Amino acid sequence: MTGPVSPQVLAANAGYLASVLMFMFGIMRMGKVKTARSGNQLAAGAMLLAMVSQFVEMGRIEPWFIVAGIVIGSVVGVVAAIKVEMTEMPEMVALFNGSGGLASALVALAAYAFHHIPMQPLMSASMGEAAPSAVNGLAVMLSIVIGCVTFTGSLIAFGKLSGKVSGSPVLLPGRHVINAALLIMSLGGSVMVVFTTGGMPGMGIVIAVTVMALILGVMLVIPIGGGDMPVVISLLNSYSGLAAAMAGFAINSQVLIVSGSLVGAAGLILTQIMCKAMNRSLTNVLFGGFGAEPEAGGKGGGADEYTNVKSAEAEEVAMILEDVQSLIFVPGYGMAVSQAQHLVRELGDMMAARGCQVRYAIHPVAGRMPGHMNVLLAEASVPYEQLFELDQINNEFKATDAVIVIGANDVVNPDAVNKKDSPLYGMPVLNVWEARTCFVIKRSLSPGFAMVKNPLFEADNNYMVFGDGRKALEEIIKCLKEA
Amino acid sequence: MTGEVLVGFYTFILACVAGYQLITKVPPTLHTPLMSGANAISGITILGALAMTNGHGTIAATIVGCLAVIFAMVNVAGGFMVTERMLKMFGSKKK
Repeated sequence: MTGPVSPQVLAANAGYLASVLMFMFGIMRMGKVKTARSGNQLAAGAMLLAMVSQFVEMGRIEPWFIVAGIVIGSVVGVVAAIKVEMTEMPEMVALFNGSGGLASALVALAAYAFHHIPMQPLMSASMGEAAPSAVNGLAVMLSIVIGCVTFTGSLIAFGKLSGKVSGSPVLLPGRHVINAALLIMSLGGSVMVVFTTGGMPGMGIVIAVTVMALILGVMLVIPIGGGDMPVVISLLNSYSGLAAAMAGFAINSQVLIVSGSLVGAAGLILTQIMCKAMNRSLTNVLFGGFGAEPEAGGKGGGADEYTNVKSAEAEEVAMILEDVQSLIFVPGYGMAVSQAQHLVRELGDMMAARGCQVRYAIHPVAGRMPGHMNVLLAEASVPYEQLFELDQINNEFKATDAVIVIGANDVVNPDAVNKKDSPLYGMPVLNVWEARTCFVIKRSLSPGFAMVKNPLFEADNNYMVFGDGRKALEEIIKCLKEA
Repeated sequence: MTGEVLVGFYTFILACVAGYQLITKVPPTLHTPLMSGANAISGITILGALAMTNGHGTIAATIVGCLAVIFAMVNVAGGFMVTERMLKMFGSKKK
């Protein structure tokens, strides 16, 4: 920047700086239960301030397109946010991720279109007065690539989560080669063209790269199974931040760079946590095609492989629960599917009223999104103090009278601890089999995401309660009331 | 490489490190809200979208920019709102 800075630009930059700080403190506060809500509000305030500062910087505003865009976007976003069921939260987050990625890609495309016609004066001071450099051009291309991958990747993730696309991995032959080719071509193409023309790439290349990136997003997510979605969503979240940061480079905006990187880092941390919880590397999740077919040496886990499975009716469960002094609930994806969280809370409250100690054990990858179970139980007003993480509660099962597993499978598989050749071996699981009695509420003996047999189902102290989570709980509650 | 880009690069690296340090230990309860909140923040790209729409560039830039405003705004408004909804539930059941 050369020459005197106008007061307008100065004021705007003060606003940007303040909003960046607010974002930082906001995201810091979002990491702690007590301060999370104020953290979110602070971040929302930061966004408002940043937008106002942008208007100040722009000065003369041509309102129609801007107002229309803001109104349409806000209405869609707010309606979606209000209407969404808590059980559909993973789908919602996936869609928002995709929307953010697409927005960044579009900003980059617009920046490209903006510079494409020579002699156009650049009105926005945030874009600098200088002609676009090769780096700006490269950032434009990267923002398009990352944004487009985020967009279509999120759409596929949404499809898998909502059951519109098959949740099981779709493994195309030669997909690694195709993906590598797409990636190299889109990145290589961007770099080459940017540097050979010394500024902005040609239109044909931009379109080609955009299309390749869109395909790449689909190709990267389609081979990943439904149970690995917590990792995928976290990673796409990280990408949406990265896309925004790249858009920042494209138009020389520090606010975009800082905020985008913050989100990128946050998403990466969550990705790591999720991978660790599954005892798998990120590479394995992304390229492994896990759960596509029975692993060699493993078993398919069909119903016919089980012998000695004991099942219990609601009355029997209620009878046993009558004498129970301590109870731990283990919720899984099945609870979300049957929306049974309120009934779980009801049963928990009934047991607590009888003087029973009630706790909930949450596996980090239970559900389809990081923290999925926590959100559902919070919706059902389960006290936060009753929720326990894996490390906190795993030694408690030994001294517990009863465990009720609702719609979970792989996260309570004893093979992860006992059987060295199991594909699950080494994954941290909840040791529910150590409790005196264990109930598993589940539709059938069908295998979980890992497609392996679960020996818990034929353990001596385990009873299967077959049926939909909601119905089974309703019946148990009814029987317990009558008792 | 212009100075501004270089500064941007420093900013990028520092912000990544800062972001990583700010949120190392997140209790699992907050994983979802943190993600949707962070997601809303990635809607910051709205600033770029606004600049492009308003930029007196080509008509193509204005239209594409306007689309970007719509999608970024969905992300911003929806993201913060849904996070607030979730966090309100977390707070409400303190006895």
